[in-house]
Amino acid sequence: MTELVRTESLHKQFGELEVLKGIDLSVEAGETVVLLGSSGSGKSTLLRCINFMELPTSGKVYLHGKAVGTETKGQIKYNESHLCSVRTKVGMVFQHFNLFPHMTVLQNIMEGQRTVLKRNAADSKEKSMLQLERVGLTDKAGEYPSRLSGGQKQRVAIARALAMDPDVMLFDEVTSALDPELVGEVLKTMRQLADEGMTMICVTHELGFAYHVANRVLFLNDGTILEEGNPQQILRKPETQRMCEFLEGHSLFKLPD
Amino acid sequence: MEYNWDFATIFLNWRVYWFGLQGTLLMFAVTVTLGMFGGLIIGVLRYLKHPLAAWPARTFVEIFRNTPVLVQIIWFYYAFPILTGIETSPFLAAALGITLNTMAFSAEIYRAGIQSIDKGQWEAGKAIGMNFRQTLWRIIMPVALKRVLPALTNRGIEVFKMSTLASVVAYVETLNQAKLIADLNYNPIESYTAVALIFFVVLFPIVQATYALERVLKRGDE
Repeated sequence: MTELVRTESLHKQFGELEVLKGIDLSVEAGETVVLLGSSGSGKSTLLRCINFMELPTSGKVYLHGKAVGTETKGQIKYNESHLCSVRTKVGMVFQHFNLFPHMTVLQNIMEGQRTVLKRNAADSKEKSMLQLERVGLTDKAGEYPSRLSGGQKQRVAIARALAMDPDVMLFDEVTSALDPELVGEVLKTMRQLADEGMTMICVTHELGFAYHVANRVLFLNDGTILEEGNPQQILRKPETQRMCEFLEGHSLFKLPD
Repeated sequence: MEYNWDFATIFLNWRVYWFGLQGTLLMFAVTVTLGMFGGLIIGVLRYLKHPLAAWPARTFVEIFRNTPVLVQIIWFYYAFPILTGIETSPFLAAALGITLNTMAFSAEIYRAGIQSIDKGQWEAGKAIGMNFRQTLWRIIMPVALKRVLPALTNRGIEVFKMSTLASVVAYVETLNQAKLIADLNYNPIESYTAVALIFFVVLFPIVQATYALERVLKRGDE
């Protein structure tokens, strides 16, 4: 197995507030990693540091074993155009879809390929249709986002990210803004991606997804990784009191098996 | 009140008005184009976080938004040549005043439009590897412009009517020509009413057309 993403004592501070307090994470190619934690634990920030939506305060992010940014005297400098090319390799899907409202579904998916990768119209269209097929929405190619359901929007957003041929996909609470009945179709798409061997890092509250799909689960608390392990173990028998409480809060209203 | 109604001279002198209207249209075309295009640039600069871009833009906006256009026109006609030694024609002085004012006002409209766009749109552009410029012009601007179209239309109507201010430096436009006719024929009611009517007849259909344009643009999104 080859290592795809690694973070090394990653810190992130917003003013006085230290959100990440030294995160060491390694993700191998083909792995699906789920980040759990209550709100404010730093899981979204960690995700956003991996594709540099947020710049880490200190620490390093490695992609394919190469550190992003250049280090001079302990200070890491990031070059904006380099970060752009990093982001094409690290796809991201958001909680609120963020589809481009003035473009059709097809145009949404073509946009990055055309403007960033400079693919020609025919190629990017073909590629886009392929991704749409992957998320099961070929019939919506000509629609505007406003005509889609939340679940469909999110699947288009996934297709848009996939069209850039990313090495790894980041999912930031992608089902949290959906009606409960629409969560399933998005999770199904994600599961399918995981089965196809896509490397994925997911922030989610869907314990079922973590249990059945993830290769590894990380529990973040107060900016550090508190527990880590395979989902069958860690979700059944958490070691720390904190994680027990977290899981209880999540399963309080679950029907018994 | 004894008043001899004299609409005949208006019709007889339609060429005088037509000549004036051409001046009005020229003034409008120049000032609205330069003003709204320049305003777009100033508005974007104003939005940028970089102090070297934002501060000059801010200063520009504040100066030209908080001084009367009429004063600017008069200043460019009478004061500017003395200060610089560069003669300004009535057209140039008026066009400068109206353009700069339009730039300042439309800059604020554009900036408000850009700011009204959800942060998630910036993030989505960024996440697929687009740089700031690409995201601004391909993702943010098309939606922002659509959103501020009604405000820009309003501004455009203002600019069209503002062209009459150019008469103060004797630029040949509709109002100036009406004054000519009123003075010659002693019929201010008819000649100035004619000006109002001309403006209404020109503007009304244009405004209706922009409503239609807004409806077309609304289709599909949001």
